[in-house]
Amino acid sequence: MERETGAREGLKGWLHPGKIGKFGIERLAWLLMRLTGLGLLAYFIGHIYETSHILDGKAVWDKSLEMTQTTEGHLFLALVIGMCVFHTGNGIRLMIAQMGYGIGKAERPDYPYKPQSINMKGKACIYATLGMAALAMWYGMAVMFA
Amino acid sequence: MATIHPKLSDELSQTVVSSTKSVKIKIKRSNPNVNSEQKFDDFVVPIEKWTTVLDVLLDVKSHLDHSVGVRYSCRQASCGSCGMKINGKPGLACFTKISELDSDTVTVEPMDNYPVVRDLAVNMDRMINNHKKVMPYVIREDSEIDAESGIREFLQSPENVDKYIQFSSCIKCGLCNSACPTMAMDKSFVGPQALAQAYRYIADDRDKGKNKRLKIIDESHGIWRCHFAGSCSQVCPKGVDPAMGIQLLRGYLLGIRD
Ligand code: HEM
Ligand code: SF4
Ligand code: FES
Repeated sequence: MERETGAREGLKGWLHPGKIGKFGIERLAWLLMRLTGLGLLAYFIGHIYETSHILDGKAVWDKSLEMTQTTEGHLFLALVIGMCVFHTGNGIRLMIAQMGYGIGKAERPDYPYKPQSINMKGKACIYATLGMAALAMWYGMAVMFA
Repeated sequence: MATIHPKLSDELSQTVVSSTKSVKIKIKRSNPNVNSEQKFDDFVVPIEKWTTVLDVLLDVKSHLDHSVGVRYSCRQASCGSCGMKINGKPGLACFTKISELDSDTVTVEPMDNYPVVRDLAVNMDRMINNHKKVMPYVIREDSEIDAESGIREFLQSPENVDKYIQFSSCIKCGLCNSACPTMAMDKSFVGPQALAQAYRYIADDRDKGKNKRLKIIDESHGIWRCHFAGSCSQVCPKGVDPAMGIQLLRGYLLGIRD
């Protein structure tokens, strides 16, 4: 495709909090999808590394498990739980939408031109996913801090 | 004799134009051809209930500073020239009333993700080139002008028109591309405007060029770079809903939807 010569907004276009106010909850979901995707990838790599300690014997294995037995460790794991739930739930919403379902039907546009692809079904899914992620984090913390 | 129609003079006298309100407009100024300086110039302009952002800008140009660079033509949301960032959100200056912005200060800036020509006018070459690239026309081997039978039409049903008419409302204002987060990072992304236009012709049953067109968008900086943030559809002033077109197109490309 045509390569551009001039301006691009860059990372500010992704991370500026004002964007979410202007473009709505769908934009927040988009940003969280990226961040949780990358967060999970980083966790996944770290997780492989951590569990590889099993090859070094029981002592090393037990020691590496201790890393997450602290308050910070528990908070970190709660965040991982939240990322997992949000990324999975939102991922399912996106897969359905990106196959062309739940985004309305093309029709003759009429003022005030409300876009059908940005609809209550989608918003409800995003809020429900956020709620489920919060609930899972809360439950996880209740178990870990018990 | 009783007057049924008011005299012209009566009508004129009923039209009271008295601006009791004013707005402060902050205009982002820059001229990259000269230097890299960027600044905001403030102007205070009287407004009425119906005053648009473009009216205010033209008022500034007429009475306060004629050097403000702004592109416009139709003043009625038809030509797609006057796209800009209005209080941080992409919109058409001629289609945005000051009264609906609900603020005493209005900030106007050039659209994001386009190189600035001067002040509020941006260079839209990339969008136009990508638009052309998706072949935005009905592709056929045969012609509507036939040597033997003269002129005939490629007929089509009203049901089929309904499938694409929404996407054919695009005025190439470029607001969608400026709102899109992928455009913010990807130099080569084809963009929501062109993708929605690709779908417009793919949904048209007179068109026989679907495979050619799909090949153009089914590449690494093509349709798969859309992650459905939906911002394009939030800002489109014509109800094109490019995000819908893109997801329908993706469904078609995956063979899930027809
Ligand atoms: C059942 C679980 C999961 C589902 C349903 C899921 C689904 C998805 C979907 C649909 C996308 C594309 C989003 C888009 O179009 O913007 C995505 C992106 C991504 N996923 Fe997952 N995913 C899952 C688990 C994971 C895991 C475990 C990891 C990490 C190891 C991961 C890492 C990523 C990354 C890095 C991205 C790219 C971020 C982006 O494009 O915004 N995902 N996922
Ligand atoms: S799809 Fe809408 S926002 Fe994008 S260029 Fe066309 S009219 Fe403008
Ligand atoms: S001046 Fe034509 S769209 Fe605004």
